[in-house]
Amino acid sequence: MALDEIKIGGMGASRRRVEDNRFIRGKGNYVDDIVLPAMLHMEILRSPMAHARIKSIDVSKAWEIPGVRLVLTGEMLAARNLAWMPTLSYDTQAVMAMDKVRFQGQEVAAVIADDPYIAKDACEAIRVEYEALPVIVNPMQAMAPGAALIRDDKENQTDNKVFDWEVGDRAGADKAFAEADLISKIELHYPRSHPSPIETCGSIADFDRATGKLTVYMTTQAPHIIRAAVAMVAELPEHMIRIVSPDLGGGFGNKVPVYPGYVISILASILTERPVKWIEDKTGNLISTGFGRDVYLQGELAVRKDGKMLGVRMHTISDHGAFFADAQPSKFKIGLMHSAFACYDIPVAHLTATGTYTNKAPGGVAYRCSFRVTEAMFFQERMVQAAADDLGMDQAEFRRINFVKDDDFPHRTAYGFLTDSGQYGKCLDVGLEAIDYKNFLVQKEEAKKRGRLLGIGISTMTEPLGAGNSREYDILGIKMFDSAELRVHMSGKAILRTGAKSQGQGHETTWAQIVAHELGIPADDIVVEEGDTDTAPFGMGTYASRSTPVAGAAVAMVSRKIRAKARKIAAHLLEVSEEDVEWELGRFYVRSSPDRGVTIQDCAMAAYSNMPDGMEPGLENNAYYDPPNLTWPFACYISTVEVDPETGVWDVLKVVAVDDCGVRINPMIVEGQIMGGLTEAYAMASMQFITYDVEGNCVGSNYMDYLLPTAWETPGFELHEVVTPCPHHPIGAKGIGECATVGGPASFVNAVMDALRGTGVRNIDMPLLADRVYEAIQTGKDISGAPPIKTEE
Amino acid sequence: MSSLYEEISAPPAAGVPVRRVTLNVNGQDRTVDVEPRLLLAHLLRQGLKLTGTHTGCDTSNCGACTVLFDGRPIKSCTMFAVQADGHEVQTVEGLATQSSLHPLQEGFKEEHGLQCGFCTPGMMMAAKALLESNPNPTEDEIRWAISGNLCRCTGYQNIVKAILWAAEKMRGSSN
Repeated sequence: MALDEIKIGGMGASRRRVEDNRFIRGKGNYVDDIVLPAMLHMEILRSPMAHARIKSIDVSKAWEIPGVRLVLTGEMLAARNLAWMPTLSYDTQAVMAMDKVRFQGQEVAAVIADDPYIAKDACEAIRVEYEALPVIVNPMQAMAPGAALIRDDKENQTDNKVFDWEVGDRAGADKAFAEADLISKIELHYPRSHPSPIETCGSIADFDRATGKLTVYMTTQAPHIIRAAVAMVAELPEHMIRIVSPDLGGGFGNKVPVYPGYVISILASILTERPVKWIEDKTGNLISTGFGRDVYLQGELAVRKDGKMLGVRMHTISDHGAFFADAQPSKFKIGLMHSAFACYDIPVAHLTATGTYTNKAPGGVAYRCSFRVTEAMFFQERMVQAAADDLGMDQAEFRRINFVKDDDFPHRTAYGFLTDSGQYGKCLDVGLEAIDYKNFLVQKEEAKKRGRLLGIGISTMTEPLGAGNSREYDILGIKMFDSAELRVHMSGKAILRTGAKSQGQGHETTWAQIVAHELGIPADDIVVEEGDTDTAPFGMGTYASRSTPVAGAAVAMVSRKIRAKARKIAAHLLEVSEEDVEWELGRFYVRSSPDRGVTIQDCAMAAYSNMPDGMEPGLENNAYYDPPNLTWPFACYISTVEVDPETGVWDVLKVVAVDDCGVRINPMIVEGQIMGGLTEAYAMASMQFITYDVEGNCVGSNYMDYLLPTAWETPGFELHEVVTPCPHHPIGAKGIGECATVGGPASFVNAVMDALRGTGVRNIDMPLLADRVYEAIQTGKDISGAPPIKTEE
Repeated sequence: MSSLYEEISAPPAAGVPVRRVTLNVNGQDRTVDVEPRLLLAHLLRQGLKLTGTHTGCDTSNCGACTVLFDGRPIKSCTMFAVQADGHEVQTVEGLATQSSLHPLQEGFKEEHGLQCGFCTPGMMMAAKALLESNPNPTEDEIRWAISGNLCRCTGYQNIVKAILWAAEKMRGSSN
């Protein structure tokens, strides 16, 4: 009798999470919870200036404080060839400033002491003399003639440009635009934001002189990549490096890069021969670690009178901060920006991109997204709404007539991606029905007569999740595969390890469900481990919604290898040939005599006690999975809002989300991911951004200035689903973690813009703060987020 | 004193001011010698090894360090340990008994009210204070009561459900 898959916690079960058992008891094991014997504490002194020459650093007073064990400066790092390190985007980044500081918050010195309070005291005792240099806080200043050169450390760098890049068909696009009935143009800014997990970054480096082994407990979403990078930067042999990523208090892309603090703590441990703990404070996290976005767009959509999209042209200008440290694995300089318009059937497209250095924190991490996909989809959906408005066409209908149709897959997008599946029209229909679209339009018109401003915003998109394939995606040359290793013990219980690393996604729960689905071993009988490079198979980590598309596929594939061996054992136990053995969930049986069977647990026991002659004992294996393509989930997010014309305050009336992420392993967890993503989307649309004043001071360096939505502001969400299995994924799943963050913001902004229809306002850049909305209503003019906030002279 | 938060042991180093503090943590009296500037969160975490109380932002905005102080929710990252002298402190470690979880702990698991788990202890302590004064809160009352606690993972909807779940269970068991 086949097992009931839901009962054993297999695919489709909203299984309650295993990891919760420790978190709800306060027994999580985050990096700051770890205490090693004789551990020292490190504090980093950061630059208060955005661009300044360092004239002198006097650390003598710091050394005088009792309990101080080591004071490190850039000169001391340079003596060990550690003052600079490579970035994931083939640039270099200062670990500690020597010649000059290039952004506010840059690392200038570090103190290692018996206690974190003493280390802080000592940092305050360090005297640094700076000579101010002209500060550049946006790409327009960076590219202006005569602009101060930020990267004077680089040979052959004569300006502040990082790259010029293009993709698509320039001539074809020009032709399409020449033949268009209407060209819809819009300029947008996706402001700088910070992923800001509640837990900051931190590490404990523990170098053991006796064994030569370096163990680093650290907040990383990609422990194996860190091991490779540490081997490279610190010139230590890879087998003598163990990276342990314990429980992470959120990541959202912020914990992918290698940060100077990690490197400095490693050096400090090597020099002191004691474990050194570094826990960043919130300000350090917000002003120095990987930000997201900060891209300007000039977008143009060529359309025919009947609404058919004929071509698209995009030009982006991106602000990368002082070092080009984008954490992205593609060969494309502006990431997957050209995944824009993938859900629309457009004949031709062209994109040009310019990247610049500024005196701002480096990073450019994929903040809950796949490498600029968030910007791509926001730009796309704002351009689509603007074009629908310009045409005078219904925004839902305009999308529908341009969607790639269900039977047009596989579909090659105008920018060159290959999408494989979807039911875009159906998702839109589900969304429109849930929001009661026609009725809302009527309500909106009636409200308008009474002076109330209601609006509805739609955002539909398909996005590429789950890098690689290895042909196009790598990090430092390492291909974007992932891995799983499964050991089935003799009692039929098992341990699974993968190369991914959960930061709250619930891998300990869902990976076991995939094994249960493939092998019929109850999920409760499978323990899942991740994050320790000494035990986990080599993998590329968790970001860009790649866990389920890549590591999850590896889990399915390793389970199938185990099942193939178990089948041979079953044939031996049943005394029939392998061809006569059939499988149902949890059990092999004889085809001609279904009552005669053995369970997967019987096979596990036999693998250690009664294996066939000549068979290697044991029941364990591993799988490395290189996906044939990205996965392409689709989403339709619709929001309704009411704008108060007297104050510019806008309230969300309703949010409907329709997600098609293929087959759902654990629906409860999938819905949790969607609601979390929608909240970050609402955050970016409404309040969450980081800006800089003209002197390069980061405005948003703590939670009093960097606003994150609380339970009070955050709207409720109504979720719906459509399921189109991924044709190339072993269990038909697609990525989901980032979809709502990527597609959500445009639904809110489009809704507010819809409410302002008729006022002459076409765009307000995010975040749609009440004062921006109020000013737009008062003046009837667009509000651009581009210029920096002026400080008092 | 080699550490800021040593349980009574070695005498302090010359020049380091020390105050003796007695506080009740999760029902147990603890006496410690601390520097006056030591934060309560750090005493709990490093001194008393109760690492379920987390520090997130250092500015009392995120609420990961929320504990109950004489039954009221406070941010332990912006209170000095010496201010707790003679007071009662409850942390997440005091929620469960050896044999059973607190209904809030069950509710958070049942309704998927957590993902990374970092804000969870503070969230549950804030919720405990609410339910003790208001056993039958509305969704709005819950949202207001936890608005001093930030969560970056869940979007709050399931946290609200978790607290409603716990409230219902607690009402049931008190009838």
